[in-house]
Amino acid sequence: MARLELSNLHAEVAEGDEKILEGVDLEVESGEIHALMGPNGSGKSTTAKVIAGHPAYEVTEGEVLLHLEDEEFGEDIEIDEDQRTWNLLDLEPNERAALGIFLGFQYPAEIEGVTMTNFLRTALNAKIEEREELFEDEDGEDEDEEDEGFESSPMEGPADEGEVGVAEFQQILQEKMEQLDMDEKFAQRYLNAGFSGGEKKQNEVLQAAILEPSVAVLDEIDSGLDIDRLQDVSEGINALRDEQGTGILQITHYQRILDYVEPDHVHVMLDGQIAKSGGPELAEKLEDKGYDWVREDVYGTA
Amino acid sequence: MSSDQDHLKETDTEARFEFKKDENAAVKSDKGLTEEVIRMISEDKDEPDWMLERRLRALEQYQNMPMPSDWPGMPDLSELDVEEIIPYIRPDVDKREGVDDWTELPDDIKDTFDKLGIPEAEKNALSGVGAQYESEVVYQNMQEQWEEKGVIFCNMDKAVQEHPELVKEHFMTTCVPPSDNKFAALHGAVWSGGSFVYVPEDVTVEMPVQAYFRMNSEGMGQFEHTLIIAEEGSEVHYIEGCSAPKYGTHNLHSGGVEVFVGEDAHVQYSTVQNWSKNTFNLNTKRAICEAGGTMEWVSGSMGSKATMLYPCTILKGRGATDTHITIAFAGEGQDIDTGAKVYHNAPDTSSTIESKSISKDGGRTNYRGLVHIADGAENSSTAVECDALMFDNESTSDTMPYMEIEESKVDVAHEATVGKIGDEDIFYLQSRGLDDDDAKKMIVAGFIEPITEELPIEYAVELNRLIELEMEGSLG
Repeated sequence: MARLELSNLHAEVAEGDEKILEGVDLEVESGEIHALMGPNGSGKSTTAKVIAGHPAYEVTEGEVLLHLEDEEFGEDIEIDEDQRTWNLLDLEPNERAALGIFLGFQYPAEIEGVTMTNFLRTALNAKIEEREELFEDEDGEDEDEEDEGFESSPMEGPADEGEVGVAEFQQILQEKMEQLDMDEKFAQRYLNAGFSGGEKKQNEVLQAAILEPSVAVLDEIDSGLDIDRLQDVSEGINALRDEQGTGILQITHYQRILDYVEPDHVHVMLDGQIAKSGGPELAEKLEDKGYDWVREDVYGTA
Repeated sequence: MSSDQDHLKETDTEARFEFKKDENAAVKSDKGLTEEVIRMISEDKDEPDWMLERRLRALEQYQNMPMPSDWPGMPDLSELDVEEIIPYIRPDVDKREGVDDWTELPDDIKDTFDKLGIPEAEKNALSGVGAQYESEVVYQNMQEQWEEKGVIFCNMDKAVQEHPELVKEHFMTTCVPPSDNKFAALHGAVWSGGSFVYVPEDVTVEMPVQAYFRMNSEGMGQFEHTLIIAEEGSEVHYIEGCSAPKYGTHNLHSGGVEVFVGEDAHVQYSTVQNWSKNTFNLNTKRAICEAGGTMEWVSGSMGSKATMLYPCTILKGRGATDTHITIAFAGEGQDIDTGAKVYHNAPDTSSTIESKSISKDGGRTNYRGLVHIADGAENSSTAVECDALMFDNESTSDTMPYMEIEESKVDVAHEATVGKIGDEDIFYLQSRGLDDDDAKKMIVAGFIEPITEELPIEYAVELNRLIELEMEGSLG
């Protein structure tokens, strides 16, 4: 089990004093699906980026904590008491990724010349290596683990000890792409370059499936998708939860995706704060009545 | 995993380029450029009179030409003192034309090329290898199967002795005459070593031939000459690598490359150069392409204090094609001024220029290009694309494309992009677990991918590693 905990989170744009988050409290546990809804400009995307460590935002108050339990790292591993809770705000984005945070981007970067295969294998190995460093003190006994017999492409460098080799990775990738109903040609395409909006979103889910995060924050993963693609992406998200026990923070404008990815909890964000939380019924009510009633409910008549 | 990859993995690239050897010189010229020095070089090589005469004429032309100075934005050459450069060092090898058995090389030279991975590369599917140390080719080997088909791959000095008619006709006559520019004239006077490649009609050399040039001594100049003659319908890929360790005084590299592409022939000339950061790298490279012929230039220019290099193709016959793919990397204190020139002198000719540059820590890159389409070169087309990637606000990149179009029935396209390496791109990769450095390396590796995919795998790996080292600032 892992638990991501935002408490009293305040953040502003790093260059300028524009305040965006004004005390966000939120908890996502692995295996749960949370929907974070709210009108444009309410702070949803900023929340996602602050969790992942985007340098454009400065946290002025509050905490982002990640609590880990043993099974996050495999059955045989015991995490030391003092390494069970990490303050993500002290860590670099790649260290957060190594601990199991994944951010699904609304507008993922396009990187020319870098194939999906090369990128994903590099990312997976970087995560394994970073984890080893973060847990160095108590993880010593696992360093003997060897990864033998995998041929490596020289362009991508030979597999070091403990790394996932090319052949092994091909298998993982192929399997995950089949699950997501992605054309195998994707593997050799350049990362997001020339991908349609839908393909990009599918690719974000694919990356989450391969990197196996504890908590995935998916920023408007439903935007720009036609109904078929929406179903594919939703199935992928459900699989993340069901097969890997990933906790999902699903940022969305619309009820639509929640028909396919059923949330355990729904939160409404207004003006940089969680204004209201509830179950799936809250999303339906938002669909019918918009956000204004929440505003009235919370501030209006008070 | 093959042993070659083991080698690439295990050898520390930085150490491979930066080691220095004590001088191993059998013959060493005086500094500077005088008639005596030229005569001494020619005599040491037992050259025929006609070559000595060409050298002396080139020297005269050199002395009468001014240094280039009026180019907009050209690199600063004020620290280059040709009179302080030692133009000729013949290393102490048994046979003047070099050896064809690797084990016969003196240990220090063998060790140098072992460290650079040259014999490893040869084992891995090359048709032939030449290795030049200082001014002379010390090792040359060609697979028998090619020799049987009449392919010649030897060093230039040997070619002068053994193939005088071919050399007389092609050496610095119509392609790169000494009068072309000051450094071509310099080269014509003091040239030494280099490669001679001759491919007879309709012969396809399937595997690349490779030459490697190493400058070891302090304050020397290296002036190798490469002459490639591809007869009608033939095909060859020539690939060249260069490096030098860093010393306190300046080195000069002023090579000359001449390529003759016969009718319907196909030549690819690839080079990955990594000069030390005190080397002035001033070269003249040109190809003449007959009807239906194809010339491809692939170059990675790294290292050097200043580089001025504009490989040129003259599309002389109908339907000739030219491709240029270049990449330049400039770090602190470096000025890499490079680009391409293409002359469309016949109808139905086409050219593509793809130029990529990366600058970092105040380095400067410049794309300087010229595309000339002559009157009457109907239905010709050219496409020029320049992309510049900058790491920081101190670095600069310029693009100076010149287009001289004298014919109206042509298709001309030019596209340039300049960008700072994107923060959002870096963050995206970081969020997937790559640290800041690895994210940047991955973006740059992707940026140069069009070049690496054109190169044999060892060179592609080498280029990637060199760029990684440049980015870490760990190469001298």
